[in-house]
Amino acid sequence: MKNQVRMFIVALFLMSTAVHAADKVIKVGILHSLSGTMAISETTLKDAVLMLIEDLNKQGGLLGKKVQPVVVDTASNWPLFAEKARELLAKNKVDVVFGCWTSVSRKSVLPVFEELNGLLFYPVQYEGEESSRNVFYTGAAPNQQAIPAVEYLMSEDGGGAERFVLLGTDYVYPRTTNKILRAFLHAKGISDKDIMEKYTPFGHSDWQTIVAEVRNFASQGKATAVISTINGDANVPFYKELGNQGVQAEEIPVIAFSVGEEELAGIDTAPLVGHLAAWNYFMSVDTDANEGFIEQWHTYIGNKERVVNDPMEAHYIGFKMWVQAVRQAGTTNVDAVRQAMYGQQVKSLSGYDVVMNTNHHLSKPVMIGEIQDDGQFEIVWNTEGVIKGDAWSDYIPESAKLTADWTYPWVCGNCEKPKYAAAD
Amino acid sequence: MRHFLILLLSLGLFAEAASSPSLEEQIAALNQKSFNAKITAVQNLAITGDNRVVPILEALLNGKLFIRKSDQKIVIAAKQGKVYILYEPLTLAEIEPVKKRKLKKIRINNQVRKAIRAALGGLKLFDPEPEQRLQAAEAVFKSRKVDLLPTLEKALEGETERAVQDKMTMALAATRLSSAAEPETRISAAQTLANYTEPDVRAFLGSLLIEQQDGSFPESDAQVRAAVAESIKKIEKDLAFWAFIGNLFQGISLGSVLLLASIGLAITFGVMGVINMAHGEMVMLGAYTTFIVQDIFRTLMPEAFDYSLLVAVPAAFLVAGLFGILIERGIIRFLYTRPLETLLATWGISLILQQLVRSIFGPTNQEVGNPSWMSGAIELSGGVLLTYNRIWIIVFSLVVFVCLLVILRKSRFGLQMRAVTQNRRMASSMGIRTGTIDAFTFGLGSAIAGIAGVALSQIDNVSPNLGQSYIIDAFMVVVFGGVGNLWGTLVGAMSLGITNKFLEPYAGAVLAKILILVAIILFIQKRPRGLFALKGRAVET
Repeated sequence: MKNQVRMFIVALFLMSTAVHAADKVIKVGILHSLSGTMAISETTLKDAVLMLIEDLNKQGGLLGKKVQPVVVDTASNWPLFAEKARELLAKNKVDVVFGCWTSVSRKSVLPVFEELNGLLFYPVQYEGEESSRNVFYTGAAPNQQAIPAVEYLMSEDGGGAERFVLLGTDYVYPRTTNKILRAFLHAKGISDKDIMEKYTPFGHSDWQTIVAEVRNFASQGKATAVISTINGDANVPFYKELGNQGVQAEEIPVIAFSVGEEELAGIDTAPLVGHLAAWNYFMSVDTDANEGFIEQWHTYIGNKERVVNDPMEAHYIGFKMWVQAVRQAGTTNVDAVRQAMYGQQVKSLSGYDVVMNTNHHLSKPVMIGEIQDDGQFEIVWNTEGVIKGDAWSDYIPESAKLTADWTYPWVCGNCEKPKYAAAD
Repeated sequence: MRHFLILLLSLGLFAEAASSPSLEEQIAALNQKSFNAKITAVQNLAITGDNRVVPILEALLNGKLFIRKSDQKIVIAAKQGKVYILYEPLTLAEIEPVKKRKLKKIRINNQVRKAIRAALGGLKLFDPEPEQRLQAAEAVFKSRKVDLLPTLEKALEGETERAVQDKMTMALAATRLSSAAEPETRISAAQTLANYTEPDVRAFLGSLLIEQQDGSFPESDAQVRAAVAESIKKIEKDLAFWAFIGNLFQGISLGSVLLLASIGLAITFGVMGVINMAHGEMVMLGAYTTFIVQDIFRTLMPEAFDYSLLVAVPAAFLVAGLFGILIERGIIRFLYTRPLETLLATWGISLILQQLVRSIFGPTNQEVGNPSWMSGAIELSGGVLLTYNRIWIIVFSLVVFVCLLVILRKSRFGLQMRAVTQNRRMASSMGIRTGTIDAFTFGLGSAIAGIAGVALSQIDNVSPNLGQSYIIDAFMVVVFGGVGNLWGTLVGAMSLGITNKFLEPYAGAVLAKILILVAIILFIQKRPRGLFALKGRAVET
């Protein structure tokens, strides 16, 4: 008993020193699901941020302080995201948060970040139609992924598709993306009868009917392509079914927006060679920086088989930018860092100069890759330079009017007119 | 005279060699950046008609054609350990091996791939293997190149295999329809094609009738267009029939998956009355056992990989069964009279098992390979594909069902099990050790869930969440079929599967699921005990 009391006192003492030490560290919150459905994708991102933090500390930390990660598990539970975000900001007093994957989770934490004036770096490609003062979007907006992908499919290299199947998981990201794509296809002169739109529940595993329907839809004489916004686990059975039903990429190419190296890790990709994915980064990018990053990842995670993917690169860019902005501002104060973020430039792993814009979206390159039999992507097309992320799509009439710009005189994420009248 | 002829021939050959680039030069032309240039190079290679081109094109298609960086020579390379063995492309003679860094892969995209397949089609029409000739005819049908017409006619003349003849006739008709000068030839070609109930043929015919922007059609003659439209109508009628067959197969296949997922629950929930929320995790454990077994096979005896599933089935049976017995002895037996607590406790177990697997194997999907006898499909007419993995799963689910039925009906253990569930005290006083029987019954249900996991690992993700996606469906099937009745589970699973698949094309996958759920709720209102209600004393307790 006496011993226990002593232990307790020691523990108390340790805790109080920890609180003291907190003044000398910079805290980085990591808000990802480590259990539940999304753990498959999000755990890797947590590890990526931890690796970046470890690396930064090795180089002497930031502003003379150590950087300390605060990891919370959001368990793939959307309301829990908001609770954990509040915990990070209010209780742990973190200086910045890297996190979220699905759009629902982002929408869930958004009010918390706006209320407590936190800073969130969101690393995943998403449907756009949003620009919050408290979020920096380091993944692709639709015009940096979906639109170039469809243009590629319609080009000669992509097979000159004239008929499109839009397949998606039934939630906000696919629905919004497909709304934008439909408007875009209309603008390109493709009528509704040449577009088939289908949604499936999360984790859908029986794709027989849908793949058969796609084959049937493709048998009407026009070159047909499939645009897939299928998310998460459902992709594996989908691709297996494509392989089994012998849908060849030369006949009906499938381009995916949510399938990367990580998702392919669980499948034999030999029957899928030639199907496509559009991202801003592929692991197969041939640069020294990328080779170094992959090596660093393999050493950190202790497994040479692990792959890297686009959202990891987005976190890499976001983290570098945040570090640069903090150094420039000389403080981790959210308002100061935000101002310093604008125009911040980082060399991406693919060797492009990536820039943060005042609409809180990045200017990034776009790449299209074909699946290879080793689970990697061969890049068959990429933009010459970077493309500026567009928060509000030009193809949705009500969105086309809106502007996102968080600098004077706009200072607004969704306005038709600047908040402050021009001062001239 | 003969000498003169030979001289003339060789002169002719020389002349040709001088005027057109040599095969070596044509191969070297593949070393270009632009995909279009590569397509031209592939087509030029195909025109040579030289059989030595075939391995080169195949290597290019399979990503095995490389450029040696030191001298820009094109080589075929195969990975062996850490180095690549190089082969001379024309003679296939081995040349010295090099490291990967010294090689550059020749990239291709879908358009190049298409050109290669078409080229290979033309070159392989005389291949000794009928399977290759069949694929060649298919490729010719897709490319419809006029310059292949004479070759194709010659190949068809000498062809003896029925199936290949058929495909070649189809390819011939399609090529004639798209290029013959006389409308009569085109009309008769269109009529020939009407006999081929295939989506590809439908697609080709349809493409002829699409109005262009200037108001013209790809097929200029109105009479031919009428013939084409006639053929389309016939093909579509046949296709509709086959689509029905395809739908039926998919329904049965979904039914078999439901059956597998729920048959174990039919015992733990149906017979024992335990609301077992951890049932899905038993399925998951079975799937992970498959993964481990396959991993052992991969490292120890990769050549026997095809048999890994045969080992995985008993292994999964044991693993899941042991876990089942542990759970029953450790937790559930204390809760038999408290269904609500059982529900919560098993829910907790399911979360613990999920996180356990996640901590050991990581959250990412594990790759479970399909043995070769489970990959691919049988093609019925009309583009209906019966995929082998689905066929085997249907067979497997029925085998499991019959085995279970035999155990319950014919074995001593089955008799004791039924006795215990029907009247525990009476059974006990007859000398049956009810506790042991409970443990084994629960173990059996779990073990069956485990072998269901082996089958499901072939079509779904092997991830910690695998079980969760099946638990609701499994309860649905058991409740719908009638608690405590195996036949009810079979009929319930099949009818739910087939209804779902017939609704899906009209209502969409999401709505189809909702409609089924609503239908079941209504049905349960009418018949609370499901399709096959158990009669007798067991119902009252």
